[in-house]
Amino acid sequence: MSALTQALWVLLLGSLLGLELIGKVPPTLHTPLMSGANAISGITVLASLTLIAQANGQVPLLLLGSLSLGFALFNVVGGFLVTDRMLAMFSRKSSRSGGAS
Amino acid sequence: MALPNLWPALIDLVAVLLLALGIKGLSKVSTARSANGLAALAMGLAVLGLLIQQPLSSQAWLWIAIGTGIGGLLGLLTAQRVPMTAMPETVALFNGCGGMASLLVALGVAVYSPGGAPGLVEQISIVISVFVGAITFTGSIVAMGKLQGWISTPGWTQNSLRHAVNISLAVACLAGAVTLPGAMAGPPLWVLLLASSLLGIGVTLPIGGADMPVVISLLNSYSGVAAAAAGFVVGSQLLIVAGAMVGAAGLILTQVMCTGMNRSLVSVLFGGALGGVAPVGGGGDGGGYSRITSCSPEECALALEAAERVVFVPGYGLAVAQAQHALRDLSKLLELHGVEVSYAIHPVAGRMPGHMNVLLAEADVPYEQLLEMDTINPEFPRTDVVIVLGANDVVNPDAKTDSASPLYGMPVLEVDQARQVFVVKRSLGAGYAGIKNALFELPQTAMVFGDAKAVLNGLLSELRSMGIGKK
Repeated sequence: MSALTQALWVLLLGSLLGLELIGKVPPTLHTPLMSGANAISGITVLASLTLIAQANGQVPLLLLGSLSLGFALFNVVGGFLVTDRMLAMFSRKSSRSGGAS
Repeated sequence: MALPNLWPALIDLVAVLLLALGIKGLSKVSTARSANGLAALAMGLAVLGLLIQQPLSSQAWLWIAIGTGIGGLLGLLTAQRVPMTAMPETVALFNGCGGMASLLVALGVAVYSPGGAPGLVEQISIVISVFVGAITFTGSIVAMGKLQGWISTPGWTQNSLRHAVNISLAVACLAGAVTLPGAMAGPPLWVLLLASSLLGIGVTLPIGGADMPVVISLLNSYSGVAAAAAGFVVGSQLLIVAGAMVGAAGLILTQVMCTGMNRSLVSVLFGGALGGVAPVGGGGDGGGYSRITSCSPEECALALEAAERVVFVPGYGLAVAQAQHALRDLSKLLELHGVEVSYAIHPVAGRMPGHMNVLLAEADVPYEQLLEMDTINPEFPRTDVVIVLGANDVVNPDAKTDSASPLYGMPVLEVDQARQVFVVKRSLGAGYAGIKNALFELPQTAMVFGDAKAVLNGLLSELRSMGIGKK
């Protein structure tokens, strides 16, 4: 199987998985879920790192890669932390009403 | 496969599995927080897997450290400092930066071809990555600006001119895209970049504030697509699968949110701002109302004192006035007095679906008192006093009765069924939908004009001076 076909299979299966993962979401969780999914989309850090790794000493590429890494990590770090901040409030509530968490 | 190569592949597989479990867990209240941590862990694993796979020079490490330091630190500070009320625009900002990251990678590969001349697949992926990345970035920034109130909706975006502008931009994108493979770092790339950036602005600008959460959710899905495209550009399967997953999941979430707001995605994207063309009477000049009763906090406090059952309807205005703590104090006081207190939460209360729950949870309002629309609506007829705090369109009875109203069909809180309704509002200005609210003219409704926080504090001191809350 060529690298391209393999990549297309990965794309297809990944999309199908994504479609199935979220079914019914209580409105309460729309905002945190959006924020969490947003943090995950910062996975493009991998692309930034690859760009830096392949730069082979070319400064413009290193610069672009580093800039891109900065943007992506801002997305990732900020996204996960802010989602956690929101969700922390829910768990505080559920522990008071006797729920497990 | 030789044994030493197995580890990175295994790490990638585990990372994908954890990411999928993370997204799944985020859609249940009980598992959401740990799922978020799981996804973060998966991200860390993915980065680790990549770093042990790629031989990196010390120069590369230096640039990685710089990018990590600056981006990570800014992310940390933003996440800690931003107030809960500003959550929607924060998500938009983060999202735009994710799109920008994919865009920059694609530009780097297009201009400097680090891995040799890009083949056709890479070229197509570069086009998609630049196009979607640029739209995600400018669109998210415009969405943030509109939510912050920095950018208003210009008049020209409300007529058909905008379609002409956006179609021309789309054609320019297409022209850039098809001529790109011939001249990788040449003008087509910059045409594509510029036109996509402007297109992101052009499609987001006309959309009204109420629909902005849907747009952010959609842009969030786009940034997943941009990441998947970047995965094709640099040849990373993990990136492709994760990007595709987020892209698809984001699309479903967008659909779920549209359903909650009784809007179709098409009308959100192409319909322009709901009724935004001619706001009734503009700012706070009364907007064509007759038969308005206004009353002072004193009268409102007297009604509260006599009530047995009170329902608060918090809305956007409460969030803006940062009055959720004052509201909590007031309901505690009423409960001491033996009043049964609950909160009616419309699915789109606040500035995004679920946002009001977050704000009230922050103010320590007990979870059991937050009632969703379907639960609270049958309760309104036996409610003595309803206090609407900075909500407007979600309590408009026209949505049920007037088929000519732009809101018609939207599920609303039926507060008009209650015995007495007080609407705390700064002015008679229109809500997002830009239309009159028939609730304000009903005989049982009285308006209490003022900032939500000031009015609530006024009510608190009135009730205290009546001796309520003293044991």
